[in-house]
Amino acid sequence: MTLHAALFYILATVTAISAIGVAVTSNIVRAATWLLFALASTAGIYFLLGADFLGATQLIVYVGGTMILVVFGVMLTASGPFVNMKVGAAEWAISLAVGLLLYSVLAIVLLQIEPPSRNIPPNHTLLPSKHIGAALLGSSSSTPEAKVTGLRGGQFIPRTRVSYLLPFEIISVHLLVVLIGAAYLARAKRRREDVA
Amino acid sequence: MIRQEDLREDILNGELTNLFRWFLGLPEDSLSPFPGLMAAGVAVGMLVGFVALSAVFFIWLERKVAGRIQDRLGPTRVGGKFGWLQTIADGIKLLVKEDLIPRDADHILFRLGPYIAFCGAFCAFIALPFAQGWTAYGTGTGAFAIGVFFILAVMSTEVFGIILAGYGSGSKWSLFGGMREAAQMVGYEIPMSLCVLVPVIVAGSMDLGKISANQAGWFWEWYVFRDPFTFVAFWTYFTCATAACKRAPFDLAEAESELVAGFHTEYSGLRWSFFFMAEYAAMFAVSGVAVLLFGGGWHLGLPVWTLVGLSPELSQVLNWPSNVLNIGNAINAGVFIVKCWVLVFVQIWVRWTLPRLRIDQVMMTCIKYLLPISCFLMLGVSLWEVFARPYLGDYFKFVLAGLVLISIIITAMRVFTTPMKLPTPGIDAPWGPRIPAEFTIKRS
Repeated sequence: MTLHAALFYILATVTAISAIGVAVTSNIVRAATWLLFALASTAGIYFLLGADFLGATQLIVYVGGTMILVVFGVMLTASGPFVNMKVGAAEWAISLAVGLLLYSVLAIVLLQIEPPSRNIPPNHTLLPSKHIGAALLGSSSSTPEAKVTGLRGGQFIPRTRVSYLLPFEIISVHLLVVLIGAAYLARAKRRREDVA
Repeated sequence: MIRQEDLREDILNGELTNLFRWFLGLPEDSLSPFPGLMAAGVAVGMLVGFVALSAVFFIWLERKVAGRIQDRLGPTRVGGKFGWLQTIADGIKLLVKEDLIPRDADHILFRLGPYIAFCGAFCAFIALPFAQGWTAYGTGTGAFAIGVFFILAVMSTEVFGIILAGYGSGSKWSLFGGMREAAQMVGYEIPMSLCVLVPVIVAGSMDLGKISANQAGWFWEWYVFRDPFTFVAFWTYFTCATAACKRAPFDLAEAESELVAGFHTEYSGLRWSFFFMAEYAAMFAVSGVAVLLFGGGWHLGLPVWTLVGLSPELSQVLNWPSNVLNIGNAINAGVFIVKCWVLVFVQIWVRWTLPRLRIDQVMMTCIKYLLPISCFLMLGVSLWEVFARPYLGDYFKFVLAGLVLISIIITAMRVFTTPMKLPTPGIDAPWGPRIPAEFTIKRS
């Protein structure tokens, strides 16, 4: 076993255990702490793969995100000192069904993909972030031409020319919806007695 | 461009790894993981030792500086005239102190908080280059291309430890401290990151080593003097960084006049000292980032080597014997550490000089002043690079560096020549001769 493989197995185990911890913990802040470990070890896997920028982004976005989650969890749900969530039987059933469905989709897709082939052509390189950034802005001259890997039979098909602006915009709108939802949740529900 | 098949090989190509290959008699291109593992272990050991030792030094410095500012002497007895061993004595005291966990605390989170805080501050050192290529992660040929972004990312995890400590203590004072810290950090991270972007725009790189290498030569090559925007960005960054280390005047998470001791009210002994290791480590780390981005990095600012006709990079001059031990790099690392110490001293000085702000004033400073200023700076530096620079050329830096140098000289002359008025007669001023009794305040 190489060093990279050993590190990968350690990180993957930590991620999996922490993810299970998020699901089974009823204390809201402990669950958020498990989530922190799951996300941080995912960032570790990105670093192991050489995707430094993605790993650092994972840290800065998701650690900040979990922090906000803790603050909101404490501020919005706390009625006593330490908050425990009580989960009913129906919620268990629904979440188990959704989880199994998602797992089966992922498992089926994973089984269809062959492991990445060892004999990658020598000129096959990962794209620098500059090209991806230019493509996000819709500049067609530098649209990424990375090849799709991990296909059956080890053949390479070039990716079609796509402009990434539309998916990017859809994600931004989605984030805006999330922001509005958070603002709505955090809104202080005061009665305006002085006016009425 | 990163080859897809080569994964994280940087640590296997670092200077330290080469040293171990040479030591073990392995060829340069051997792929054995042992030299890499040993180098990683040594790098971690060196960094932990450095962080712990500098924390010891900073705590002593803090007490001495606080003493002088409050017109007293600070530690004088433990370890000779200057109290050098005071921090060691404190450390022993903290080790043997009873380790209390309150009954109402959430035990796991209470234990976890200090470690997360320390890990967050310590991880920043992994990407901090002490000299050309002297980085724990991404050494050698493959420099860590996004070093400054990585440091900002891992430093933000420190707050999580503080919040966990505040929440897990099961005490209202701790919870207040933790929530204040959360609010403060969420606010101050934004202007801090925007100020970091200013030199990144100038250099066109997020690699701290490359940014620092760009500032080789005379001290006016430092980015702080490059244009008016970088000059202001340095001070704005340093203010935000002080707040990010939760140092006074921004130490609302502790605020011992209101919250007992804030987030660490319930902590004692070794766990408490982890928070303080984290604080001093973070102070050094943010100062290191300031030095690398604005203050010329590991360059002295006086290129004596160029004057005698050698290369401007010290590491290329004193490279002996061939990559095994680089004396030039060691000298550069010393220069870098001294520069960081100066900035840490400024943080200590500010802490004992300025009064603590109120929490609403802290948030107002961030959102109403620092955030617009940093947005303006980022816009301004982009426009300066595109429009003003082609016309003005490089001459602005001479003006700014000269003005700063002249004002430093005038201040130093005033400080060292004017007699200082002291509240008590008969005690020597810190500088200069004994003050005659008629200049001092008489006590009845």
